[in-house]
Amino acid sequence: MNYRAIRAIYLFEMARTWRTLLQSIVSPVVSTSLYFVVFGAAIGSRITQVEGVSYGTFIVPGLVMLSVLTQSISNASFGIYFPKFVGTIYEILSAPISYYEIVIGYVGAAATKSIILGLIILATAGLFVPLHINHPIWMLTFLVLTAVTFSLFGFIIGIWADGFEKLQMIPMLVVTPLTFLGGSFYSVNMLPSGWRTLTLLNPVVYLISGFRWSFYEIADVSVALSLGVTIGFLVVCMAAVAWIFKTGYRLKN
Amino acid sequence: MSPIISVSNLSKTYGSGFKALNNINLDIVKGEIFALLGPNGAGKTTLISIICGIANPSQGKILVDGHDIASDYRAARSMIGLVPQELHTDAFETVWATVSFSRGLFGKPKNPAHIEKVLKDLSLWDKKDNKIVTLSGGMKRRVMIAKALSHEPQILFLDEPTAGVDVELRKGMWEVVRGLQAAGVTIILTTHYIEEAEEMADRIGVINKGEIVLIENKASLMQKLGKKQLTLHLQSKLDAVPPALAAYNLELSGDGRAVTYDYDTKGDRTGITSLLSDLRNAGIRISDLDTKQSSLEDIFVSLVRAP
Repeated sequence: MNYRAIRAIYLFEMARTWRTLLQSIVSPVVSTSLYFVVFGAAIGSRITQVEGVSYGTFIVPGLVMLSVLTQSISNASFGIYFPKFVGTIYEILSAPISYYEIVIGYVGAAATKSIILGLIILATAGLFVPLHINHPIWMLTFLVLTAVTFSLFGFIIGIWADGFEKLQMIPMLVVTPLTFLGGSFYSVNMLPSGWRTLTLLNPVVYLISGFRWSFYEIADVSVALSLGVTIGFLVVCMAAVAWIFKTGYRLKN
Repeated sequence: MSPIISVSNLSKTYGSGFKALNNINLDIVKGEIFALLGPNGAGKTTLISIICGIANPSQGKILVDGHDIASDYRAARSMIGLVPQELHTDAFETVWATVSFSRGLFGKPKNPAHIEKVLKDLSLWDKKDNKIVTLSGGMKRRVMIAKALSHEPQILFLDEPTAGVDVELRKGMWEVVRGLQAAGVTIILTTHYIEEAEEMADRIGVINKGEIVLIENKASLMQKLGKKQLTLHLQSKLDAVPPALAAYNLELSGDGRAVTYDYDTKGDRTGITSLLSDLRNAGIRISDLDTKQSSLEDIFVSLVRAP
Protein backbone atom coordinates (compact mmCIF):
# COMPACT_ATOMS: atom_id res chain seq x y z
CA MET A 1 0.00 0.00 0.00
CA ASN A 2 1.19 3.48 -0.86
CA TYR A 3 -0.10 5.07 2.34
CA ARG A 4 1.68 8.33 1.61
CA ALA A 5 -0.23 8.69 -1.63
CA ILE A 6 -3.57 8.00 0.06
CA ARG A 7 -2.66 10.56 2.69
CA ALA A 8 -1.62 13.09 0.04
CA ILE A 9 -4.90 12.74 -1.86
CA TYR A 10 -6.97 12.74 1.32
CA LEU A 11 -5.30 15.85 2.72
CA PHE A 12 -5.45 17.58 -0.64
CA GLU A 13 -9.19 17.00 -0.82
CA MET A 14 -9.74 18.03 2.80
CA ALA A 15 -7.72 21.21 2.15
CA ARG A 16 -10.14 21.97 -0.65
CA THR A 17 -12.98 21.76 1.89
CA TRP A 18 -11.41 24.24 4.25
CA ARG A 19 -10.70 26.54 1.32
CA THR A 20 -14.33 26.43 0.28
CA LEU A 21 -15.75 26.33 3.78
CA LEU A 22 -18.69 28.53 2.96
CA GLN A 23 -19.82 26.31 0.13
CA SER A 24 -18.99 22.97 1.75
CA ILE A 25 -20.27 23.41 5.29
CA VAL A 26 -22.04 26.68 5.86
CA SER A 27 -24.49 26.55 2.98
CA PRO A 28 -25.90 23.08 3.76
CA VAL A 29 -26.29 24.09 7.40
CA VAL A 30 -28.17 27.22 6.41
CA SER A 31 -30.47 25.35 4.05
CA THR A 32 -31.18 22.69 6.69
CA SER A 33 -32.03 25.37 9.22
CA LEU A 34 -34.50 26.74 6.70
CA TYR A 35 -36.15 23.32 6.47
CA PHE A 36 -36.55 23.33 10.24
CA VAL A 37 -38.07 26.77 10.26
CA VAL A 38 -40.48 25.96 7.42
CA PHE A 39 -41.35 22.31 8.07
CA GLY A 40 -40.60 22.06 11.75
CA ALA A 41 -41.95 25.30 13.10
CA ALA A 42 -44.44 26.63 10.57
CA ILE A 43 -46.07 23.50 9.12
CA GLY A 44 -45.03 21.10 11.88
CA SER A 45 -46.99 23.01 14.49
CA ARG A 46 -50.18 21.99 12.63
CA ILE A 47 -49.19 18.34 12.60
CA THR A 48 -49.50 16.82 16.03
CA GLN A 49 -47.30 13.76 16.06
CA VAL A 50 -45.96 11.09 13.73
CA GLU A 51 -45.71 7.64 15.25
CA GLY A 52 -45.38 9.05 18.72
CA VAL A 53 -42.81 11.79 18.16
CA SER A 54 -43.35 15.44 17.33
CA TYR A 55 -43.14 16.28 13.62
CA GLY A 56 -40.09 18.53 14.02
CA THR A 57 -38.22 15.76 15.80
CA PHE A 58 -39.45 13.16 13.31
CA ILE A 59 -37.91 14.86 10.26
CA VAL A 60 -34.42 15.28 11.78
CA PRO A 61 -32.96 11.92 10.61
CA GLY A 62 -34.45 12.42 7.14
CA LEU A 63 -32.97 15.90 6.88
CA VAL A 64 -29.55 14.70 7.98
CA MET A 65 -29.73 11.91 5.40
CA LEU A 66 -30.87 14.33 2.71
CA SER A 67 -27.74 16.45 3.26
CA VAL A 68 -25.40 13.50 3.68
CA LEU A 69 -26.64 11.90 0.46
CA THR A 70 -26.46 14.99 -1.69
CA GLN A 71 -23.21 16.26 -0.21
CA SER A 72 -21.49 12.87 -0.50
CA ILE A 73 -22.39 12.74 -4.15
CA SER A 74 -21.43 16.29 -4.95
CA ASN A 75 -18.18 16.19 -2.95
CA ALA A 76 -16.96 12.97 -4.47
CA SER A 77 -18.14 13.65 -8.01
CA PHE A 78 -16.57 17.08 -8.04
CA GLY A 79 -13.41 15.79 -6.38
CA ILE A 80 -12.61 13.42 -9.24
CA TYR A 81 -14.29 15.36 -12.04
CA PHE A 82 -12.28 18.52 -11.45
CA PRO A 83 -8.81 16.95 -12.01
CA LYS A 84 -10.23 15.38 -15.15
CA PHE A 85 -11.56 18.75 -16.25
CA VAL A 86 -8.37 20.75 -15.62
CA GLY A 87 -6.08 17.90 -16.64
CA THR A 88 -4.25 17.38 -13.35
CA ILE A 89 -5.52 13.78 -13.40
CA TYR A 90 -2.38 12.97 -15.41
CA GLU A 91 -0.39 13.03 -12.22
CA ILE A 92 -2.73 10.68 -10.36
CA LEU A 93 -2.68 8.23 -13.26
CA SER A 94 1.09 8.32 -13.62
CA ALA A 95 1.76 7.87 -9.90
CA PRO A 96 2.72 4.52 -8.40
CA ILE A 97 -0.66 3.99 -6.77
CA SER A 98 -3.35 1.40 -7.22
CA TYR A 99 -6.90 2.22 -8.15
CA TYR A 100 -8.06 1.23 -4.71
CA GLU A 101 -5.71 3.71 -3.13
CA ILE A 102 -7.05 6.44 -5.40
CA VAL A 103 -10.60 5.54 -4.38
CA ILE A 104 -9.74 5.40 -0.69
CA GLY A 105 -8.19 8.86 -0.92
CA TYR A 106 -11.01 10.56 -2.81
CA VAL A 107 -13.97 8.68 -1.38
CA GLY A 108 -12.51 8.75 2.11
CA ALA A 109 -12.21 12.53 1.99
CA ALA A 110 -15.68 13.01 0.51
CA ALA A 111 -17.23 10.70 3.10
CA THR A 112 -15.36 12.40 5.94
CA LYS A 113 -16.73 15.74 4.84
CA SER A 114 -20.30 14.57 4.66
CA ILE A 115 -20.07 12.77 8.01
CA ILE A 116 -18.79 15.96 9.62
CA LEU A 117 -21.56 17.83 7.88
CA GLY A 118 -24.18 15.32 9.04
CA LEU A 119 -23.04 15.70 12.63
CA ILE A 120 -23.08 19.50 12.36
CA ILE A 121 -26.62 19.40 10.99
CA LEU A 122 -27.63 17.07 13.80
CA ALA A 123 -26.22 19.52 16.31
CA THR A 124 -27.99 22.39 14.55
CA ALA A 125 -31.26 20.41 14.69
CA GLY A 126 -30.75 20.01 18.43
CA LEU A 127 -31.11 23.77 18.71
CA PHE A 128 -34.57 23.69 17.15
CA VAL A 129 -36.17 20.50 18.44
CA PRO A 130 -35.64 18.03 21.31
CA LEU A 131 -33.55 15.08 20.10
CA HIS A 132 -32.81 11.69 21.51
CA ILE A 133 -30.71 8.95 19.98
CA ASN A 134 -31.58 5.47 21.19
CA HIS A 135 -28.84 3.60 19.35
CA PRO A 136 -25.88 5.94 18.82
CA ILE A 137 -23.64 3.15 17.49
CA TRP A 138 -26.22 2.17 14.87
CA MET A 139 -26.80 5.82 14.10
CA LEU A 140 -23.08 6.24 13.34
CA THR A 141 -23.00 2.96 11.42
CA PHE A 142 -25.81 4.07 9.11
CA LEU A 143 -24.27 7.52 8.78
CA VAL A 144 -20.84 6.18 7.81
CA LEU A 145 -22.24 3.47 5.51
CA THR A 146 -24.43 5.97 3.71
CA ALA A 147 -21.67 8.55 3.40
CA VAL A 148 -19.22 5.99 2.00
CA THR A 149 -21.75 4.41 -0.34
CA PHE A 150 -22.93 7.68 -1.82
CA SER A 151 -19.42 9.06 -2.04
CA LEU A 152 -18.57 6.01 -4.11
CA PHE A 153 -21.67 6.66 -6.19
CA GLY A 154 -20.56 10.27 -6.61
CA PHE A 155 -17.08 9.12 -7.61
CA ILE A 156 -18.66 7.03 -10.37
CA ILE A 157 -20.71 9.99 -11.56
CA GLY A 158 -17.60 12.17 -11.55
CA ILE A 159 -15.77 9.70 -13.77
CA TRP A 160 -18.73 9.20 -16.06
CA ALA A 161 -19.48 12.91 -16.47
CA ASP A 162 -17.81 14.62 -19.39
CA GLY A 163 -19.35 18.00 -18.74
CA PHE A 164 -20.68 20.04 -15.87
CA GLU A 165 -24.22 19.39 -17.01
CA LYS A 166 -23.88 15.65 -16.59
CA LEU A 167 -22.22 16.22 -13.25
CA GLN A 168 -25.37 17.92 -12.00
CA MET A 169 -27.87 15.76 -13.84
CA ILE A 170 -27.95 12.62 -11.69
CA PRO A 171 -28.03 14.47 -8.35
CA MET A 172 -30.71 16.85 -9.59
CA LEU A 173 -32.92 14.49 -11.54
CA VAL A 174 -32.51 11.24 -9.65
CA VAL A 175 -31.13 11.62 -6.17
CA THR A 176 -33.02 14.69 -4.96
CA PRO A 177 -36.45 13.35 -6.03
CA LEU A 178 -35.69 9.93 -4.57
CA THR A 179 -34.67 11.53 -1.30
CA PHE A 180 -37.74 13.74 -1.08
CA LEU A 181 -39.96 10.80 -1.95
CA GLY A 182 -37.99 8.50 0.34
CA GLY A 183 -39.68 9.51 3.54
CA SER A 184 -37.52 12.42 4.70
CA PHE A 185 -40.57 14.42 5.65
CA TYR A 186 -43.16 11.73 6.26
CA SER A 187 -43.60 8.17 7.33
CA VAL A 188 -44.23 5.73 4.49
CA ASN A 189 -47.12 4.40 6.58
CA MET A 190 -48.90 7.71 6.05
CA LEU A 191 -49.22 6.96 2.31
CA PRO A 192 -52.16 5.17 0.63
CA SER A 193 -51.30 1.51 0.12
CA GLY A 194 -50.69 1.74 -3.65
CA TRP A 195 -48.15 4.53 -3.23
CA ARG A 196 -46.67 2.71 -0.32
CA THR A 197 -45.80 -0.32 -2.43
CA LEU A 198 -44.28 1.92 -5.10
CA THR A 199 -42.27 3.82 -2.51
CA LEU A 200 -40.71 0.59 -1.32
CA LEU A 201 -38.88 0.40 -4.66
CA ASN A 202 -37.02 3.55 -3.68
CA PRO A 203 -33.68 2.56 -2.08
CA VAL A 204 -33.51 5.82 -0.14
CA VAL A 205 -36.52 4.70 1.92
CA TYR A 206 -34.39 1.99 3.47
CA LEU A 207 -31.56 4.33 4.33
CA ILE A 208 -33.79 6.87 6.01
CA SER A 209 -35.87 4.24 7.74
CA GLY A 210 -32.84 2.54 9.26
CA PHE A 211 -31.32 5.83 10.26
CA ARG A 212 -34.55 7.00 11.86
CA TRP A 213 -34.88 3.73 13.73
CA SER A 214 -31.49 4.34 15.38
CA PHE A 215 -32.95 7.56 16.79
CA TYR A 216 -36.53 6.74 17.78
CA GLU A 217 -36.95 3.01 17.17
CA ILE A 218 -39.62 3.74 14.60
CA ALA A 219 -39.11 2.34 11.11
CA ASP A 220 -40.98 1.89 7.85
CA VAL A 221 -39.16 -1.34 7.08
CA SER A 222 -37.17 -3.74 9.22
CA VAL A 223 -33.73 -2.61 10.32
CA ALA A 224 -32.08 -5.72 8.88
CA LEU A 225 -33.60 -4.92 5.50
CA SER A 226 -32.38 -1.32 5.75
CA LEU A 227 -28.89 -2.47 6.51
CA GLY A 228 -29.03 -5.09 3.77
CA VAL A 229 -30.13 -2.61 1.08
CA THR A 230 -27.48 -0.09 2.13
CA ILE A 231 -24.71 -2.67 2.04
CA GLY A 232 -26.11 -4.04 -1.22
CA PHE A 233 -25.85 -0.61 -2.85
CA LEU A 234 -22.33 -0.24 -1.45
CA VAL A 235 -21.32 -3.52 -3.10
CA VAL A 236 -22.86 -2.45 -6.42
CA CYS A 237 -20.92 0.82 -6.33
CA MET A 238 -17.69 -0.99 -5.47
CA ALA A 239 -18.19 -3.36 -8.37
CA ALA A 240 -18.80 -0.42 -10.71
CA VAL A 241 -15.61 1.31 -9.53
CA ALA A 242 -13.63 -1.90 -9.98
CA TRP A 243 -14.96 -2.20 -13.52
CA ILE A 244 -14.13 1.43 -14.29
CA PHE A 245 -10.54 1.00 -13.26
CA LYS A 246 -10.15 -2.36 -14.90
CA THR A 247 -11.22 -1.03 -18.27
CA GLY A 248 -9.84 2.50 -17.90
CA TYR A 249 -13.32 3.79 -18.74
CA ARG A 250 -13.31 7.56 -19.34
CA LEU A 251 -9.87 7.78 -17.75
CA LYS A 252 -7.26 6.13 -19.89
CA ASN A 253 -8.47 6.55 -23.42
CA MET B 1 24.28 -2.27 -21.39
CA SER B 2 20.66 -3.04 -20.68
CA PRO B 3 18.22 -0.28 -21.57
CA ILE B 4 16.41 1.64 -18.83
CA ILE B 5 13.28 1.74 -20.95
CA SER B 6 12.48 -0.95 -23.43
CA VAL B 7 9.43 -0.64 -25.67
CA SER B 8 8.60 -3.60 -27.84
CA ASN B 9 5.91 -4.04 -30.48
CA LEU B 10 3.83 -1.25 -29.04
CA SER B 11 0.66 -0.28 -30.86
CA LYS B 12 -2.18 1.98 -29.87
CA THR B 13 -5.50 2.30 -31.60
CA TYR B 14 -7.99 4.76 -30.16
CA GLY B 15 -11.66 3.98 -29.76
CA SER B 16 -12.36 6.09 -32.82
CA GLY B 17 -10.29 3.63 -34.87
CA PHE B 18 -7.38 6.05 -35.23
CA LYS B 19 -4.08 4.20 -35.10
CA ALA B 20 -1.81 6.50 -33.11
CA LEU B 21 1.13 4.13 -32.75
CA ASN B 22 2.13 1.28 -35.01
CA ASN B 23 4.53 -1.38 -33.78
CA ILE B 24 6.98 0.86 -31.94
CA ASN B 25 10.28 -0.65 -30.82
CA LEU B 26 12.54 1.62 -28.83
CA ASP B 27 15.28 1.26 -26.24
CA ILE B 28 16.36 4.17 -24.09
CA VAL B 29 19.87 3.97 -22.65
CA LYS B 30 20.43 4.82 -19.01
CA GLY B 31 21.77 8.31 -18.52
CA GLU B 32 21.22 9.60 -22.02
CA ILE B 33 19.21 12.52 -23.30
CA PHE B 34 16.96 11.14 -25.97
CA ALA B 35 15.07 13.50 -28.22
CA LEU B 36 11.93 12.31 -29.90
CA LEU B 37 11.24 14.43 -32.92
CA GLY B 38 8.13 14.48 -34.98
CA PRO B 39 5.47 16.71 -36.46
CA ASN B 40 2.25 17.43 -34.58
CA GLY B 41 0.07 14.37 -34.30
CA ALA B 42 2.94 11.95 -34.96
CA GLY B 43 2.30 10.02 -31.74
CA LYS B 44 4.94 11.50 -29.43
CA THR B 45 2.56 12.32 -26.60
CA THR B 46 0.67 9.06 -26.99
CA LEU B 47 3.91 7.11 -26.65
CA ILE B 48 4.89 9.02 -23.51
CA SER B 49 1.41 8.69 -22.05
CA ILE B 50 1.48 4.94 -22.41
CA ILE B 51 4.94 4.57 -20.85
CA CYS B 52 3.82 6.74 -17.92
CA GLY B 53 0.55 4.88 -17.35
CA ILE B 54 -1.85 7.60 -18.50
CA ALA B 55 -3.12 5.67 -21.50
CA ASN B 56 -3.51 1.96 -22.05
CA PRO B 57 -1.61 0.32 -24.88
CA SER B 58 -3.56 -1.75 -27.40
CA GLN B 59 -0.63 -4.10 -27.84
CA GLY B 60 2.97 -4.50 -26.83
CA LYS B 61 5.20 -4.58 -23.81
CA ILE B 62 7.13 -1.91 -21.97
CA LEU B 63 9.81 -2.46 -19.36
CA VAL B 64 11.14 0.32 -17.16
CA ASP B 65 14.44 -0.80 -15.62
CA GLY B 66 13.18 -4.35 -15.99
CA HIS B 67 9.77 -3.66 -14.42
CA ASP B 68 6.76 -4.32 -16.60
CA ILE B 69 4.60 -1.18 -16.64
CA ALA B 70 1.43 -3.24 -16.40
CA SER B 71 2.20 -5.94 -13.84
CA ASP B 72 4.84 -4.09 -11.83
CA TYR B 73 3.52 -0.56 -12.27
CA ARG B 74 4.50 0.65 -8.82
CA ALA B 75 8.20 0.02 -9.32
CA ALA B 76 8.06 1.28 -12.90
CA ARG B 77 6.15 4.48 -12.23
CA SER B 78 8.01 5.48 -9.10
CA MET B 79 11.12 5.88 -11.26
CA ILE B 80 9.47 8.25 -13.70
CA GLY B 81 8.81 11.97 -13.55
CA LEU B 82 6.54 13.40 -16.21
CA VAL B 83 6.20 16.97 -17.40
CA PRO B 84 3.25 16.97 -19.78
CA GLN B 85 2.88 19.33 -22.66
CA GLU B 86 -0.21 21.14 -21.41
CA LEU B 87 -0.06 23.30 -18.31
CA HIS B 88 -2.29 21.29 -16.00
CA THR B 89 -2.15 22.87 -12.57
CA ASP B 90 -4.27 23.20 -9.47
CA ALA B 91 -4.88 26.92 -9.75
CA PHE B 92 -5.73 27.56 -6.10
CA GLU B 93 -2.90 25.60 -4.53
CA THR B 94 0.36 27.20 -3.55
CA VAL B 95 3.55 26.21 -5.32
CA TRP B 96 4.90 24.60 -2.16
CA ALA B 97 1.71 22.61 -1.52
CA THR B 98 1.39 21.29 -5.05
CA VAL B 99 5.04 20.22 -5.26
CA SER B 100 4.85 18.54 -1.85
CA PHE B 101 1.63 16.82 -2.92
CA SER B 102 3.42 15.27 -5.90
CA ARG B 103 6.12 13.89 -3.65
CA GLY B 104 3.53 12.29 -1.38
CA LEU B 105 1.63 10.90 -4.33
CA PHE B 106 4.76 9.07 -5.43
CA GLY B 107 5.08 7.55 -1.98
CA LYS B 108 8.18 9.40 -0.89
CA PRO B 109 8.60 10.57 2.71
CA LYS B 110 8.56 14.29 3.33
CA ASN B 111 11.80 16.04 2.50
CA PRO B 112 11.48 19.82 2.65
CA ALA B 113 15.20 20.23 1.92
CA HIS B 114 14.82 18.45 -1.43
CA ILE B 115 11.75 20.47 -2.39
CA GLU B 116 13.57 23.63 -1.45
CA LYS B 117 16.49 22.66 -3.69
CA VAL B 118 14.21 21.87 -6.63
CA LEU B 119 12.37 25.17 -6.26
CA LYS B 120 15.62 27.10 -5.99
CA ASP B 121 17.11 25.36 -9.04
CA LEU B 122 14.05 26.38 -11.03
CA SER B 123 14.05 29.94 -9.64
CA LEU B 124 10.69 29.39 -7.97
CA TRP B 125 11.78 29.75 -4.36
CA ASP B 126 10.46 33.28 -3.90
CA LYS B 127 7.11 32.14 -5.34
CA LYS B 128 6.70 29.15 -3.06
CA ASP B 129 3.76 30.62 -1.15
CA ASN B 130 2.03 32.06 -4.21
CA LYS B 131 -1.07 30.46 -5.59
CA ILE B 132 -0.41 28.95 -8.99
CA VAL B 133 -3.17 31.00 -10.58
CA THR B 134 -1.07 34.13 -9.97
CA LEU B 135 1.95 32.82 -11.88
CA SER B 136 2.95 33.49 -15.47
CA GLY B 137 2.90 30.75 -18.09
CA GLY B 138 6.66 30.24 -17.90
CA MET B 139 6.52 29.91 -14.13
CA LYS B 140 3.67 27.40 -14.35
CA ARG B 141 5.81 25.38 -16.72
CA ARG B 142 8.58 25.38 -14.12
CA VAL B 143 6.09 24.36 -11.41
CA MET B 144 5.23 21.35 -13.55
CA ILE B 145 8.92 20.49 -13.79
CA ALA B 146 9.29 20.95 -10.02
CA LYS B 147 6.38 18.55 -9.44
CA ALA B 148 8.03 15.96 -11.66
CA LEU B 149 11.37 16.37 -9.86
CA SER B 150 9.84 16.40 -6.38
CA HIS B 151 10.05 12.62 -6.05
CA GLU B 152 13.61 12.27 -7.32
CA PRO B 153 12.87 10.31 -10.51
CA GLN B 154 15.51 8.31 -12.36
CA ILE B 155 13.82 9.02 -15.65
CA LEU B 156 12.36 12.35 -16.69
CA PHE B 157 9.95 12.85 -19.55
CA LEU B 158 9.69 16.36 -20.93
CA ASP B 159 6.89 16.65 -23.44
CA GLU B 160 7.48 19.76 -25.52
CA PRO B 161 9.11 21.51 -22.57
CA THR B 162 9.90 24.72 -24.40
CA ALA B 163 6.64 25.29 -26.22
CA GLY B 164 5.70 28.90 -25.54
CA VAL B 165 8.72 29.51 -23.34
CA ASP B 166 10.97 32.52 -23.87
CA VAL B 167 14.66 32.25 -24.76
CA GLU B 168 15.97 33.13 -21.33
CA LEU B 169 13.80 30.56 -19.60
CA ARG B 170 14.65 27.97 -22.20
CA LYS B 171 18.34 28.40 -21.43
CA GLY B 172 17.68 28.02 -17.73
CA MET B 173 15.65 24.92 -18.39
CA TRP B 174 18.44 23.32 -20.38
CA GLU B 175 20.85 24.05 -17.57
CA VAL B 176 18.60 22.16 -15.20
CA VAL B 177 18.37 19.29 -17.68
CA ARG B 178 22.15 19.15 -18.05
CA GLY B 179 22.48 19.13 -14.26
CA LEU B 180 20.02 16.24 -14.02
CA GLN B 181 21.90 14.27 -16.63
CA ALA B 182 25.12 14.85 -14.71
CA ALA B 183 23.32 13.41 -11.66
CA GLY B 184 22.53 10.26 -13.64
CA VAL B 185 18.94 10.98 -14.65
CA THR B 186 17.81 9.68 -18.03
CA ILE B 187 15.91 12.30 -19.99
CA ILE B 188 13.48 11.83 -22.82
CA LEU B 189 12.22 14.97 -24.45
CA THR B 190 9.91 15.54 -27.33
CA THR B 191 10.13 18.59 -29.45
CA HIS B 192 9.46 19.83 -32.88
CA TYR B 193 12.25 22.36 -32.60
CA ILE B 194 15.13 20.64 -34.33
CA GLU B 195 17.74 23.03 -32.91
CA GLU B 196 16.79 21.83 -29.46
CA ALA B 197 17.38 18.22 -30.30
CA GLU B 198 20.58 19.18 -32.02
CA GLU B 199 21.78 21.13 -29.01
CA MET B 200 20.68 18.83 -26.21
CA ALA B 201 20.31 15.24 -27.27
CA ASP B 202 22.73 12.33 -27.26
CA ARG B 203 20.43 10.33 -29.50
CA ILE B 204 17.61 11.31 -31.75
CA GLY B 205 14.55 9.37 -32.76
CA VAL B 206 12.16 10.55 -35.42
CA ILE B 207 8.54 9.48 -35.23
CA ASN B 208 6.01 10.08 -37.95
CA LYS B 209 2.47 8.81 -38.37
CA GLY B 210 2.86 6.51 -35.39
CA GLU B 211 6.04 4.86 -36.59
CA ILE B 212 9.66 5.31 -35.62
CA VAL B 213 11.40 6.20 -38.85
CA LEU B 214 14.91 6.79 -37.53
CA ILE B 215 17.00 6.32 -34.40
CA GLU B 216 20.57 7.54 -34.47
CA ASN B 217 23.33 8.90 -32.30
CA LYS B 218 23.36 12.60 -32.80
CA ALA B 219 27.10 12.51 -33.52
CA SER B 220 26.78 9.95 -36.31
CA LEU B 221 23.72 11.69 -37.62
CA MET B 222 25.69 14.92 -37.78
CA GLN B 223 28.51 13.02 -39.47
CA LYS B 224 26.13 11.95 -42.16
CA LEU B 225 25.03 15.49 -42.32
CA GLY B 226 28.61 16.67 -42.72
CA LYS B 227 28.00 17.34 -46.39
CA LYS B 228 28.23 20.92 -47.45
CA GLN B 229 27.39 22.64 -50.65
CA LEU B 230 29.35 25.49 -52.17
CA THR B 231 27.56 27.76 -54.59
CA LEU B 232 29.65 29.99 -56.85
CA HIS B 233 27.92 32.87 -58.57
CA LEU B 234 29.51 33.67 -61.90
CA GLN B 235 30.25 37.05 -63.43
CA SER B 236 29.17 35.92 -66.89
CA LYS B 237 26.74 33.32 -68.13
CA LEU B 238 28.10 29.84 -68.77
CA ASP B 239 26.50 27.51 -71.33
CA ALA B 240 28.15 24.33 -70.09
CA VAL B 241 30.70 23.26 -67.51
CA PRO B 242 34.09 23.09 -69.27
CA PRO B 243 35.39 19.50 -69.64
CA ALA B 244 38.51 20.44 -67.70
CA LEU B 245 36.35 20.77 -64.60
CA ALA B 246 34.43 17.48 -65.05
CA ALA B 247 36.16 15.84 -62.07
CA TYR B 248 34.39 18.21 -59.66
CA ASN B 249 30.88 17.11 -60.65
CA LEU B 250 29.73 20.68 -60.78
CA GLU B 251 26.11 21.42 -61.33
CA LEU B 252 25.18 24.37 -63.47
CA SER B 253 22.14 26.39 -62.51
CA GLY B 254 19.27 26.85 -64.94
CA ASP B 255 20.23 30.41 -65.82
CA GLY B 256 23.89 29.45 -66.26
CA ARG B 257 25.07 32.04 -63.77
CA ALA B 258 25.96 29.74 -60.85
CA VAL B 259 27.57 26.38 -60.23
CA THR B 260 27.24 24.23 -57.11
CA TYR B 261 29.87 21.90 -55.68
CA ASP B 262 29.23 19.23 -53.03
CA TYR B 263 32.02 18.44 -50.57
CA ASP B 264 32.54 16.72 -47.27
CA THR B 265 33.78 18.82 -44.38
CA LYS B 266 34.94 15.67 -42.59
CA GLY B 267 37.15 14.61 -45.55
CA ASP B 268 40.94 15.10 -45.67
CA ARG B 269 40.64 17.39 -48.63
CA THR B 270 37.63 19.40 -49.56
CA GLY B 271 38.94 20.20 -53.02
CA ILE B 272 37.88 23.81 -52.76
CA THR B 273 41.31 25.32 -53.30
CA SER B 274 42.01 23.35 -56.45
CA LEU B 275 38.51 24.00 -57.75
CA LEU B 276 39.00 27.73 -57.39
CA SER B 277 42.37 27.71 -59.14
CA ASP B 278 41.04 25.45 -61.93
CA LEU B 279 38.15 27.84 -62.41
CA ARG B 280 40.55 30.73 -62.76
CA ASN B 281 42.65 28.77 -65.23
CA ALA B 282 39.50 28.12 -67.25
CA GLY B 283 38.89 31.88 -67.28
CA ILE B 284 35.73 31.72 -65.21
CA ARG B 285 35.38 34.68 -62.86
CA ILE B 286 33.39 34.57 -59.67
CA SER B 287 31.23 37.39 -58.35
CA ASP B 288 30.09 35.82 -55.06
CA LEU B 289 29.99 32.58 -53.18
CA ASP B 290 28.05 30.95 -50.35
CA THR B 291 28.09 27.63 -48.56
CA LYS B 292 25.24 25.69 -47.05
CA GLN B 293 25.24 22.82 -44.56
CA SER B 294 22.42 20.35 -44.64
CA SER B 295 20.87 20.33 -41.16
CA LEU B 296 18.87 17.95 -39.06
CA GLU B 297 15.93 19.88 -40.32
CA ASP B 298 16.65 18.79 -43.90
CA ILE B 299 16.88 15.13 -43.00
CA PHE B 300 13.82 15.48 -40.79
CA VAL B 301 11.78 17.07 -43.53
CA SER B 302 12.90 14.48 -46.06
CA LEU B 303 12.01 11.69 -43.63
CA VAL B 304 8.56 12.88 -42.70
CA ARG B 305 7.66 13.94 -46.23
CA ALA B 306 8.61 10.63 -47.77
CA PRO B 307 5.49 8.77 -48.92
